[in-house]
Amino acid sequence: MTEAVVIPMEHGLLLAAILFSIGLGGVMVRRNIILILMSLEIMLNACALAFVVAGARWAEADGQIMFMLVLTIAAAEVAVGLGLLLQVHRRFGTLDIDRANRMRG
Amino acid sequence: MADFIYLIPLAPLVSFVVLFLTLGKMPKRLVTVTGVGSIAISASIVFLLGFEYLSQLDPQPYAVSLYTWMNLGGFTPKVSFYIDGLSLVMMFVITGVGLLIHIYSALFMFEDKDYSRFFSYMNLFVSAMLLLVLADNLMLLFVGWEGVGLCSYLLVGFWHEESANGAAARKAFIVTRVGDTFMALGMFLLFWHLGTLDIQPMVEQAGNTWQTGDSMATIACLLLVGGAVGKSAQLPLQTWLPDAMAGPTPVSALIHAATMVTAGVYLIARTHELFLLSPVALNVVALIGSITLLMAAFTAMTQTDIKRILAYSTISQIGYMFLALGVGAWSWGIFHLMTHAFFKALLFLGAGAVIYSLHHEHNIFKMGGLRTKLPVAFWSFMIGSAALAALPFTAGFYSKDGILLAAYHHGEFGPWFWGAGLLGALLTSIYSFRLVFVVFFGATKTQPEAPAGWGMAVPLIVLCFLAIIGGQFQLPVTSVFPAAAEMDHSGAIAYITPAVPIIGVLIAYLIFLRHSISITGWTESTLGKRLNRFWFSHWAMDWLYGHLFVKPYVSITRINKHDIVDWFYNFVAETTSFAHDISSTTQTGQLRTYAAVMVAGLVIIISIFLGVSLP
Repeated sequence: MTEAVVIPMEHGLLLAAILFSIGLGGVMVRRNIILILMSLEIMLNACALAFVVAGARWAEADGQIMFMLVLTIAAAEVAVGLGLLLQVHRRFGTLDIDRANRMRG
Repeated sequence: MADFIYLIPLAPLVSFVVLFLTLGKMPKRLVTVTGVGSIAISASIVFLLGFEYLSQLDPQPYAVSLYTWMNLGGFTPKVSFYIDGLSLVMMFVITGVGLLIHIYSALFMFEDKDYSRFFSYMNLFVSAMLLLVLADNLMLLFVGWEGVGLCSYLLVGFWHEESANGAAARKAFIVTRVGDTFMALGMFLLFWHLGTLDIQPMVEQAGNTWQTGDSMATIACLLLVGGAVGKSAQLPLQTWLPDAMAGPTPVSALIHAATMVTAGVYLIARTHELFLLSPVALNVVALIGSITLLMAAFTAMTQTDIKRILAYSTISQIGYMFLALGVGAWSWGIFHLMTHAFFKALLFLGAGAVIYSLHHEHNIFKMGGLRTKLPVAFWSFMIGSAALAALPFTAGFYSKDGILLAAYHHGEFGPWFWGAGLLGALLTSIYSFRLVFVVFFGATKTQPEAPAGWGMAVPLIVLCFLAIIGGQFQLPVTSVFPAAAEMDHSGAIAYITPAVPIIGVLIAYLIFLRHSISITGWTESTLGKRLNRFWFSHWAMDWLYGHLFVKPYVSITRINKHDIVDWFYNFVAETTSFAHDISSTTQTGQLRTYAAVMVAGLVIIISIFLGVSLP
């Protein structure tokens, strides 16, 4: 019986942190709304990965349940986000988020 | 008739509402019918009521309660009217003289563009005045009291296009308001100590609570006197009345001679049981009266405006009424109130007739020789001045004689009060006949127009009649006031008192008609000029008040033009606004900036928590 290859928890969490930072950087740097949405998805999935890793470490089902929840939220968020995206495009004729700054103080 | 008492003040009030709401759109004939007719309704009810009341063998005062005005804990003032001899006399004067003056005004004011407004104010005044004298409690009396003050303001400033008239109206309103403040304080004090403001239970309670001479009773009485001197133009608040002559002449006759200015006398007479508890307050009333009557008489001698002479003589005559009240001669005071209403209304309406015929000329030295041209006005002035000077057998003679005799027999200060009253009587006869001789005799200086029509002559004739026979009326006030002490009518006093006015008339005759005594030497001397100026300005009281109150007030308001208290609130508002400006600059609308700031904040918070928990 071959021993299961155990990936250390630290590696998984490090990956999740890197993914989260990439997503966060995308949100802050990108101007195109589609790419911002995609970056948000990456951040969500980074969180979900952290849950799964933690669930595996303590052999609890909670982590996978939380993953399902995050997946659902991500789907809902994409639905709303794409709707907003269409409206922004219709109103401003562009997908550049910096042009949609009418709410400035 | 008791069932119809509510109509007495209501009829003029309804007429006021109708005239006020139609905004002068009604035809003038209809305005006359409404304005005069409502007073006629009140007058006829008053006369029927009086007849019914006085025809009883032993008339008992009674109160008619209409409804409870408000119910606040133990304080339940009612709208209720009190009928006794005193209120009946006042109502006779108000509705009787008021009706005559309204009839007169129908012609006098006919050409005025605000004819309807004039009658609406006059009706409101009569309504408020009737409420004042009918009221059974001080609260309701105060409503009438303020109502007549309001009407006085509106009517003094009736010709409001001229700013001087508006200033006179404001002066009348503000100066009387000073007195009213004292009166309100007096009412609070009375309610606090006696627990009721219904006049009859109140004075009864006062007799039980306070000994004669109690200091609290004196304070309460003096506060009420404060209200009375404001309304009745006595020292030290008399400065508003001469300026109030800016109003139309019928207004001066009705409000500033016959009725409203005597409200103070009525107030003191109505609460006389209270004043009997305080001999000090009574002496103050007598002192105020005698000083005021002398000051005003000296001023009346130097005036040249026909209406201002009459105004100062009104102040002086009300001084006599105060003197009468102060020496406890209550019924003589009320008697003088009534006769004064007759002859002073007569004089004012006569002056109105002269002014009407001379195109609003007020200066008596520009008149002259009007005796044959304006016979009705002439005889009105002759009879009115004779009654004012208290020549024998006129109405004023009986009342003033009674007051002076009562003053003489009053305690240790009696002869002093008598002396002041006697000097006042001498001056009164001089200035009133100076007026007659200068205006109606001598050379004609201004040609009058045709005399006024019957509408103005009839009220004058009726008032002439009343000014002569008014002295014979028996006032039904014996049951209201405590019986006066038996007076000794013999002796030199009884002869000196009536002789003095005749001497005064003779002096006026010699100076102003025969010119056999020359006063130019006196009036041209330095002292004479100074005294003349001093008296002309009414003992420089306006100057004094101007420097004492008006100027300091104006300079304080000038300092406080931008409202010092506001500085603090403006500072708070400006700080808030500044903080808002700063924080609103962070709202750039840049989504990416928001995200970056959020991340930065998150990093800071997490670092702090880690920094706190790790080491």
